[in-house]
Amino acid sequence: MSGFLARHSVWSLVILVALIVGLWLIFAVWPPELEAVIGRKRLFLNALFNGITLGGLYFLVASGFTLIFGLMRNVNLAHGSLYLFGGYIGYGIVYLTGSWLLALIVVFLIVAVFGILLQVLIFRWMEGQELRQTLVTIGISIVLADIALWAWGGDFYQIEAPEWLTGPVELPFVTALRSNGEPVYLTYPMVRLAILALAIIVGILMWLALNRTRIGMLIRAGVDDRDMLSATGVRVQLIFILVFAFGAGMAGFAGVVGGTFQSIQPGEDIKILLASLVVVIVGGMGSIPGAAIGAVIIGLAEQFGSVYIPTYAIVLTFVIMVLVLALRPQGLLRGN
Amino acid sequence: MAVIDARDTIEPRPVATQPLSVLGRVHPAAWLLAVFLLFLPAFASNFVLTQLFGWAMILGMVALSLMFLAGYGGMVSLVQLTVAACAGYMVAIFGTSAVDAISLKWAWWVAVPIAIVIAVIFGTISGALSVRTEGIYTIMITLAIASGFYYFTLQNYTIFNGFSGFNAVNAPVVFGVNWRDPIPFYYLCLFWAAASFLAVVYVSRSPFGLALQGTRDNARRMEALGFNVTAHRIAAYAFASLIAAIAGVLLVWQQIQISPGTAGVGPVVDILVIAVVGGIGRPIGPFIGAFIYVVLRTFAVDVLEGLGLDGKRFQLLIGLGFLVIVLFSPDGVLGLWSRFKDRVLNSNSLRPGGGSA
Repeated sequence: MSGFLARHSVWSLVILVALIVGLWLIFAVWPPELEAVIGRKRLFLNALFNGITLGGLYFLVASGFTLIFGLMRNVNLAHGSLYLFGGYIGYGIVYLTGSWLLALIVVFLIVAVFGILLQVLIFRWMEGQELRQTLVTIGISIVLADIALWAWGGDFYQIEAPEWLTGPVELPFVTALRSNGEPVYLTYPMVRLAILALAIIVGILMWLALNRTRIGMLIRAGVDDRDMLSATGVRVQLIFILVFAFGAGMAGFAGVVGGTFQSIQPGEDIKILLASLVVVIVGGMGSIPGAAIGAVIIGLAEQFGSVYIPTYAIVLTFVIMVLVLALRPQGLLRGN
Repeated sequence: MAVIDARDTIEPRPVATQPLSVLGRVHPAAWLLAVFLLFLPAFASNFVLTQLFGWAMILGMVALSLMFLAGYGGMVSLVQLTVAACAGYMVAIFGTSAVDAISLKWAWWVAVPIAIVIAVIFGTISGALSVRTEGIYTIMITLAIASGFYYFTLQNYTIFNGFSGFNAVNAPVVFGVNWRDPIPFYYLCLFWAAASFLAVVYVSRSPFGLALQGTRDNARRMEALGFNVTAHRIAAYAFASLIAAIAGVLLVWQQIQISPGTAGVGPVVDILVIAVVGGIGRPIGPFIGAFIYVVLRTFAVDVLEGLGLDGKRFQLLIGLGFLVIVLFSPDGVLGLWSRFKDRVLNSNSLRPGGGSA
């Protein structure tokens, strides 16, 4: 931290000022002049929270993607399809049993098994041929997309959130003052907050698993030097299967989450795949903290974009990506 | 270390070494094909000319530009169709279309060169962005750039006319010939397809092309030998963008319209499918792949329904076919054919152990 301060004093200042301005924007009651320029505060706060919660969803998808990429150099372009299938299966389970938590767990397991099958039956046989693996994932995603269209049609499905997660909740953020001086607080859907909390918990658990357990140590070693790890006698194949299962399972898991606060429909696979691509490019490929930061940046950019510059909302995310590529091609949080 | 050398391309790595000079070296099948293509309009219908062969040659050119980058440069770029679409859009914007409010209605000999130049600049910048990262990252970055362009054209109404795009973008009348007519348009496509094919063959054997193949096989060694690897790669993007841009102009004239869907994520990936199915090792591969794709695309629905299956499952057929090719024949249909040939030759010969192809 102090090293960063010393090396990038100008950047530190910019970040500090941005932080102060941001905090003021969040907590202060906006004067009428400001509201006249950039609109109501409620709009701003909603965009902020929507952006962060969307970032939470993106993190859930992108963390599996980036982990698989980091360890196996496999750009799994079927990741979006796994998300889509997770969503559809989750919808089915919630429809049949009515239990959302059960759906989360079962979908994670089913899609993880699917990931194991992919790794054992296909990717294992073309190890080291990154391009061929990537092409295979493209083929799989084309096939899966059409099968999904066949099985579930073109309708959109929304997974019903459990009762204890529905309804709005009041947050201690003042959006405006009533004429009698009484503050109006922001109300926000409970389900989105729960999903954000879920993403944070998953992120922390992943960090702990990667940094504090033996398996995590092996995975980190594999990311750094796969050949050397296998030379020390570790059964790398087993770790590959584990990581692929986890990454795929996370995609399915995120499918249930995404199906709850957005919806599941054809085309969603490509949207999510592109979002994960941009997130890991911005954050740094193979880095879990990078995926977290990238996810929040992209989520915020999308939501603020759609509120303040609606015409070019999606383009904004790509502009961010191009900027990162031009200035820091390895991503924000990655060394060389 | 092995990790550096293991940067893979699709086997086998093509190396173009024979000098390009003697016409006699050209395979007799190529002469037959040339004669067939030249005299095709004598007996083929207009539909076959523009919708099958014209379209296949245009898609083949776009896939050829990808083949050049991937086969000789080791860079799998998904941005090639986007470059083509960029050229197509520029023709519609600077030239004539039914959207009077935007189209500038300049003469074709102004609009087309400007369109090609802009598309080449776009392609080169995309290339410059993606060559800063290594190998497999390219596919992710170019896919992201391609979808960025798609969403931009979808949402921008002042320049790109949003969702509806431009229609009635017609080929011009030059030298008294209406190039919209099937037969002139067929020859136009044939000319440019052949020209870009020969250009790729020529460039691949030039010092530049050989150096590019060197950077593909071992970038670090080439750097040590004093070659500027980044510059070679960006130049390769510029050359490939030129081919894609010419194809884009033809594409907009063939389709008579252009809209964001022309270069959506699906079609962008289809170009990769075409190049890989045809065979990414040789310049003829993309054209073979494009022809297969166009035939499938045009007739698969009828065939599927004829077999009592649902015609809508066309995309499944394409995906499965692609998967089979990638899994079992990484060098595409061409590789399949050459292995088949080897096997037949070997089984005919009486050498002991000749069957091991």
